Amino acid sequence: MRAQFVFHEVWIGLRRNLTMTIALIVVVAISLSLLGTGLLFVKQVDNTRTFWQSRVQLSVYLCTNSSLGGNCAKNGAVTPAEIASIKSELLATHDIAPNGLQYVTQQEAWQQFKQEFASNQPILKYTQASQIPSSFEVRLRNTEQDAGVVSASIDGAPGVSQVVDDSSILDKFYKLLDGARNAVVVIAIFLLVAAILLVANTIRLSAFNRRRETSIMRLVGASNFYVQLPFLVEGMIAGLFGWLLATGLLILVKSLWLNGLQQYFPTGVELSTADLVEVIIVAMITGLLICGSTSFLTLRRYLRV
Amino acid sequence: MIHFDNVTKTYANQGRPALENVNLDIEKGEFVFLVGPSGSGKSTFLRLVLKEERPTSGRIHVAGKDLARLTNWKVPHLRRRIGCVFQDFRLLPNKNVYQNIAFALEVIGKPRRFIRKVVPEVIDLVGLEGKRDRMPDELSGGEQQRVAMARAFVNRPMILLADEPTGNIDPATSIGIMKVLDRINRTGTTVVMATHDAAIVDSMRKRVIELEYGKVVRDQSRGVYGQAY
Repeated sequence: MRAQFVFHEVWIGLRRNLTMTIALIVVVAISLSLLGTGLLFVKQVDNTRTFWQSRVQLSVYLCTNSSLGGNCAKNGAVTPAEIASIKSELLATHDIAPNGLQYVTQQEAWQQFKQEFASNQPILKYTQASQIPSSFEVRLRNTEQDAGVVSASIDGAPGVSQVVDDSSILDKFYKLLDGARNAVVVIAIFLLVAAILLVANTIRLSAFNRRRETSIMRLVGASNFYVQLPFLVEGMIAGLFGWLLATGLLILVKSLWLNGLQQYFPTGVELSTADLVEVIIVAMITGLLICGSTSFLTLRRYLRV
Repeated sequence: MIHFDNVTKTYANQGRPALENVNLDIEKGEFVFLVGPSGSGKSTFLRLVLKEERPTSGRIHVAGKDLARLTNWKVPHLRRRIGCVFQDFRLLPNKNVYQNIAFALEVIGKPRRFIRKVVPEVIDLVGLEGKRDRMPDELSGGEQQRVAMARAFVNRPMILLADEPTGNIDPATSIGIMKVLDRINRTGTTVVMATHDAAIVDSMRKRVIELEYGKVVRDQSRGVYGQAY
């Protein structure tokens, strides 16, 4: 019976305050969705980094007759002796992953080249087998740390045309993703601040609208809890609806946008449903904390008890 | 029932105390008029009894409890045993007579069954039978005040405080209001009424406490409004 009374008062309050309540729900929804999207981005990038971590390679391209890089113009194609010395030097760095050193002959490289550019006839026509260099494909144990060190040590050695560090290419990709994530999170924070201010304002307005009832309640001896409860519940309900909306938006973000972007990612780094659920729960907790604590603090200030 | 022990109350930003060294005893079941010009401290007295204000010095006991030692969360319980009536009625404009009175019980958590039994009784007591579905703006001033009194009395309080209840009501209707207050007093409720209404005070011949500039200048049983010659 008392619960019925409280909900009745809450309903009256919500109706009187309808526009502000809707504004509050929308802002909470958007800020939680942005926060969630940022978190999804973070997870996606982490997944991608982990994937590449084990696959990124250092490619040490060796001189051919027509290479122009390094000492090749001076010394011509790489000799077997040079190949052997490069190999032993690479092994000496101890940073190579087990079975991570692979020598690709010119023939094998030419086959790979033909396969990759099978759809690009003009390039195939104008490239000769002798132009495709042999290479060492090196997989390191700890790419991010050691790539620079290893490539520096082998670059410029006789027979080495060019050292290409895959991770430097990826760095640009990571920078892009991180940039997008940071932008989203910054906007989310702004919106969360806006949400906090809106919750405070809505509660304040609600308390003002209902000051007649509140003063009579206090006069007649309603406990402080009873007086504050309708406002707290109002704030929580708005927060709850905002969160539900945010959940819907996040599901849309994941299923439409993020999954659509998967073509730019390597296979297998797609986020799972569990990831989505985790983000949704974090959003809920954030929403609850923000609405609850702001309501409580605002009430203490504007509802004298 | 109400005991003021050397109570002084000075509001901030004001030079003169609103109440100064007030010593009063009001017994259970008494009917007391609190008279005096505007600013003499009548409203302050009532607010101190409700613990809406704290005295600057002195002790106040209501129903045997020392208000100074009453914790904040016990204050609502005190107020449930005190009914209040004001000059401006203070009804909720969107609720009818029944709902206005029931509100006072709902907010303290009384069950529906109890409310359905008690509210009609008190509507009859104040003489508003048949008007339970009227909204406040459909009632005359006198009727609105009766609703306010019904609301104040519905929980059978020990004390009824009235701050100029007939201030907005014509003399003829005021008599009806006073009859209700008298009826309430006869049930054993202590009534303290602050008023300017000389005619009412003179006609009822109850205890009169006169305040002037915050000090008690007269305390007379079976008193009149002005100085007795």
